[in-house]
Order: sequence, then C-alpha cells, then structure tokens
Amino acid sequence: MIHSAPKMNPAGDLASHFSAAEVVEHRGETTLIVTREDLYATMKALRDEHQFQQLIEIAGCDFPEHAERFEVNYHLLSLTKNARVRVKVSTNEKTPVPSMTSLWPVANWLEREVWDLYGVMFEGHPDHRRILTDYGFSGHPFRKDFPLTGYVELRWSEEQKRVVYEPVKLQQDFRTFDFESPWEGPDYNIYNLPGDEKAEEQT
Amino acid sequence: MSDDATLLDKTAAEDDPNVGTVTFDTETGDPTEGDVEIQNYSMNFGPQHPAAHGVLRLIMEMDGEIIERVDPHIGLLHRGTEKLIEYKTYLQALPYMDRLDYVSPMCMEHSYVLAIEKLLDLEVPIRAQYLRVLFAELTRITNHIMNTTAHAMDVGAMTPMLWLFEEREHICEFYERASGARFHAAYFRPGGVHQDVPPALIADIADWADRFPKVLKDFETLVVGNRIFKQRNVGIGMISRDDAIAYGFSGPCLRASGVAWDLRKSQPYDVYDRMEFDVPIGTQGDCYDRFMVRMQEMRESLKIVKQCIAELPEGPVMSSNPKISPPKRGEMKRSMEALINHFKLYTEGFHVPKGEVYVGTESPKGEFGIYLVSDGSNKPYRCKIRPTAFSHLQAMEFLCKGHMLADAPAVLGSLDIVFGECDR
Repeated sequence: MIHSAPKMNPAGDLASHFSAAEVVEHRGETTLIVTREDLYATMKALRDEHQFQQLIEIAGCDFPEHAERFEVNYHLLSLTKNARVRVKVSTNEKTPVPSMTSLWPVANWLEREVWDLYGVMFEGHPDHRRILTDYGFSGHPFRKDFPLTGYVELRWSEEQKRVVYEPVKLQQDFRTFDFESPWEGPDYNIYNLPGDEKAEEQT
Repeated sequence: MSDDATLLDKTAAEDDPNVGTVTFDTETGDPTEGDVEIQNYSMNFGPQHPAAHGVLRLIMEMDGEIIERVDPHIGLLHRGTEKLIEYKTYLQALPYMDRLDYVSPMCMEHSYVLAIEKLLDLEVPIRAQYLRVLFAELTRITNHIMNTTAHAMDVGAMTPMLWLFEEREHICEFYERASGARFHAAYFRPGGVHQDVPPALIADIADWADRFPKVLKDFETLVVGNRIFKQRNVGIGMISRDDAIAYGFSGPCLRASGVAWDLRKSQPYDVYDRMEFDVPIGTQGDCYDRFMVRMQEMRESLKIVKQCIAELPEGPVMSSNPKISPPKRGEMKRSMEALINHFKLYTEGFHVPKGEVYVGTESPKGEFGIYLVSDGSNKPYRCKIRPTAFSHLQAMEFLCKGHMLADAPAVLGSLDIVFGECDR
C-alpha cells in the first residue's frame, strides 16, 4: 500500500459472525454481500453488536447485465473501532428492499435518493417520495438506460407567463468519442502485431 | 365617490371588535372572550430567501410563531453531477468537484483524487502531499469565514462579514497564484497537484498567517460575548451526542455535540499524521457550540498551515508514473513519445483497475465521501458523492421543532449547508 488515502483499522473478523454473508476484502475495504432477507438482521447486528454506529451513505448502482440489476451499498462507520464496512444487497425494479429507517433516521433521505435516481423500492419507508428531481418528474435518471440529456427540457414561456416543459431539442447531436484505441489494449502481446516478433526476442 | 365609500366601510369593519374573532364560552374553554382562534398553518420558506443560503424550500407547519413541522424540499440545484461524471474520463470529471461545494472547492477535490489513487495504488510525492494539506487547510479557513460570518449576519450582525471577507479575498488570491483560478481551482490531480507553487507565494501565505489571528480576535470580540448573539444561539437547535450519531452528523456539527471525532486525526490521509493540532469539541450541541467549534477550528487550521510552510520539502509535485502524469512541456518539444503520451492522456485518459473504494475525508463541513466504482475502463462506472449537507439538513425538523420561526435561520446557518453539494 503506497497510496495516501485515509488509513483506518480493518473491520475485523466479520466472516465468522455473519455466516450467511459473503465477505469480500478489496483494497483494504470489507464488503458483506447479503440477501434482502438477511439485510435487516445484519445491519442491526452490525450496529448493536459490532459497534458500527453510523450509517454514512447508501449508494445505488445499476448493472443492467446482472440478473438483479440494482445494487444498494450501505456504508457503515464505527466511531469506536475506527473502521468502515460496506453492506451490499442486490434487487430489481419490482422487488423492494427492507428500509433501514427504523435503525437510523438518516436512512430516510438516503433511501429516498436511491428511489428517486434508480427506482429501487424500500419496504416500510415512511415517506416514499422523490427528493432530488423536479416536481412531477417521471423516470429514474441514474439508470444506465436513461439518456444523459433526459427527455424533457423547460423554459419560461413569455406568452403563457409560466414555465413550460417540452421534449429535448439538441442544437447539436450528442457526441461521445471512443478514445479507447484497439491497438493499445492492456495486454500488448495478444494482438501479435506484424514486425513485433523481434521485440519479444529482445526481452 | 363609491370607492371611498367602500374604503370607509372596510375600516369600520376592521375597528369592529367582533369581526374576525371567535367568542368562546368562558366557562368551558381556556380562551376568554375576544381571543382569536389560531389554527396551524403552513408556510413557505424559500426557495428564494436570503437566509436559506441557496435554493432551499422549507414547508413549515406553524402554530403561531412556533414551528411544529419542517419538510425541506431540496433538489432545486440538482445538476446530475454523478451522471455527468460517468460520461467523462477520470481527469475530465475532476472540475465537477469544485462545483459541488463551491465554498470549499479544494477539499472536494481531495476526496476524489484520493479515491482514484486508492484504486490505482499510486504513490504521491511528499511535497505534493504537503501542498495538498496546506491548501486544504486554507480552504477550511475560507469556508469557516464564509459560514461563521454568514451565520452572524443571519442573526443580525452585519460587520463581521464586511471585515472577514477581506481575508477570504486574500485566500482567493493564493488560490489564483497556485492554480490560476480564484475558486474553481482543479488544482489537486490524481498523482499530486497540477503545478508547483512559486516560492514567493509560500512566503506570502506565511505573512498572511501571521496577520490573520488579529482579524480573528477582532471578530471574536464583536460576536462571541455579544448578548444579542448569545440570546439568538445558546440553547437553540440542540442535539444530543446519540442523536447526532444516529442522524449521521459529521464534522463540526458532530464535534459540537461532544464527540471527539475528526477524520484528519482518526483516519489520517496525506501528511495529516505529521501535523500537530487539537480537535475542538462542544458540550451542548446547540447553534452557539457549532459556531464556536468553527471559530476554534480556524485557529487549529492556521497551526497546520504554519507547520506545512515550515516543513515543506523540496521535490517533485506530481507522480513520476508516465501513465498517470503528463510529460513536461519542454520534454514534449523534443520527444515524440512524450507528445504521443500527452495526447493519449488528454483524450483517452488513464485506465483504472476494476474495483470499488469509498474514501471519506474531513471537508470543512464534515465527512465528504466518494464511492467510486471502476469497471477497468477510462471512465468511472459510478461515482457516488456523499454530501455532508444531506444528513445535516435532514435533521432540520428535529432541530427546529418547538422553536420560533426566527430561530430557523440561526439553525440553518449553524449547520453550514451549501446547495451545490447537497443537491449535486
């Protein structure tokens, strides 16, 4: 480890306490992958028995190619053990995830945000509204199949004296450039470029 | 003539004590005859309100002057930063960080570059680490200047803002001399900082650091013991230690409730483990404590600034890894490979190994985190920003309940909320 990112204590031996969870260590960070059914019990045990007092963040993530496309990542912080742990659960558009609002009041807005941006439902949430997008917005903008430009744009209409919504009109086509050139992949040998045989002999 | 007549009628009606009043049976109810029955009503605070510190809309349910419920409506400044970042290379996404919390831009960059470096496992030269800490602490001072003076203005003290903004301007000048921009610096880069600072700048920062405590002292004599300021802040918006933890508080707001928790101390990054400073904490967790914690933090930051200047080592300010850091301009004039490398870095960018990391740093407002998911390409697959304001603003109802309407701006000011970061 030569980077200078925050140094903290490891999360400790969680694998023996949570036999149902898959424990992954990566870059010095511990992740517990649990099922939706086990989520509430795991989070409660982490808070009450393993001193992870704070729910710092709930981050949604969309993987359209997975069987269950959404991941919900709960980041917990222990103020006493000075450690962090991530709890990961996956779901799809139709299956709700149990809400953590009864364990941490902060989960209220964090779950509303995941609902708003990804469309993940939370079972038992007391206030299941959108939070970041506009009043009357439809769709879930952070899904990978939602276009970056969106579908509607708004402007002030001088005639109607109010803000009107219209379909997006782009003055210039949306441009994405693919700079990942095929001849400079991560492994140079797999392409067997003509004339490169000598280079291999030298090394 | 007829207009005058109606006007007269209206005034006559207003003078009539029976109009607009509800009379009660004196034997059964508490209200006596002539009392006005007040029902709870809801009130809109913002979205355009000078004390809202941006575009915040609060729907308040009021019982007379007493706040019963608060429902903050946020998202009016939502720009979809996280979505935009998914379409940019790692380096192109960096300037978005400045535009999150536009009051403390460099601290936002800090989390982001550390997250990338953690994924790459990239070593940063020691001089760059010192420069980052130096500028992060200057940023903390400008943020606290902005917040404490604006808080003072929210409760009626105009002068501190006029005095302290001169100092903020000095720090903006330091920003400009280091990075070229007064606010949106884009100075911290993966692998170090963008360019080295001129020696004269370090000398000027040292001069300023000697002058600043006097200004801070003047500010304190104006506000800290002021009777009106105390009446407006002491005992207002109290939150206990346990509640603050459950509500996900961090930074000065958590410390004001008596939790000695500072990520610079407990989870040191860059060269914070070499710095000597104290972590001020409060006792009550009210608006006054949050204000005082920030006042004291400015002094502690100044200590770190002075240590950085004293210990600043010589050496490179950017990682020597050519896959990450661009070649020197002079080198590009002579070497074809350097030119190609430069072109590839600024078009394709660098590839980051597959994985996910969460990096939280102590920004002036609290824990500012970046959860970065990489799929091994040159663009972040997902970059979740953990804003500090989200958890603080959520506690608004908890903090304001039972207080007067005029206390809401004081609570809001003490929470230190910036909407660029809250709404993203």
